[in-house]
Amino acid sequence: MSKSNPNAPKRLALISSKGTLDWAYPPFILASAAGAMGWEVGVFFTFYGLTLLKPELTAAVSPLGNPAMPMKMPFGPEGFQNINWAMPNLLMANVPGFENLATTLMKQTFHNKGVATIEELREACIELDVRLIGCQMTMDVFGFKREDFIPQAEIGGAATFLEYAADAEVQLFI
Amino acid sequence: MEDVEIIKEDLVLDCSGMLCPMPIVKTSKSMKELQSGQILKMISTDAGSPPDIAAWSRQTGNELLLSTTESGKYVFFLKKS
Repeated sequence: MSKSNPNAPKRLALISSKGTLDWAYPPFILASAAGAMGWEVGVFFTFYGLTLLKPELTAAVSPLGNPAMPMKMPFGPEGFQNINWAMPNLLMANVPGFENLATTLMKQTFHNKGVATIEELREACIELDVRLIGCQMTMDVFGFKREDFIPQAEIGGAATFLEYAADAEVQLFI
Repeated sequence: MEDVEIIKEDLVLDCSGMLCPMPIVKTSKSMKELQSGQILKMISTDAGSPPDIAAWSRQTGNELLLSTTESGKYVFFLKKS
């Protein structure tokens, strides 16, 4: 371990690269959990993950490219709710509004089961002093400005993340 | 392990109905309200809580005095370090 300060708390360095609702959960869950354990946490938001730094979170579920995604109905008797509805890509590609439906169903199911919303988890991260770092290069590519993001976000590049990650016990790309 | 009857908590946190990671996020927040030596009683229905609270205790140094179940819920007594 080549930690600069041996007395420093443990550190988690995450890269959040996906902006769909399902993939928005893992970085915010791990970041808030690590923060709650007293670790230092930094999340580097790059590519589609960058949208998770917007004040208004619009993350949706895309069943396309998620062929194994089980779909649950958030209403009805328990036996009905436990059914895994297979979601063939061909069907979804041809049904307008399918993403909205899938997003609504996932949000409602998560709510019913007691999972916090992405907004709540991000707020928990902010309260726990998690560093939220937006990728400057992605901002330039997609045309985002600093003011498009929440005020707690920092802006940085690959070197910023690597320097932070070099002293981290846990580094994950999500 | 001390007996559940003789542990006197200073604060109760009910995380019933919450799933990971909220029980440990709320636990960490409640612990900040306590003084060293005071005890938090945390109640949870999340089956992930027994291993998670044990890990949280090891990582933060706040002692887990007791991990048990009470009327179908998980109950933890944590002592602030």
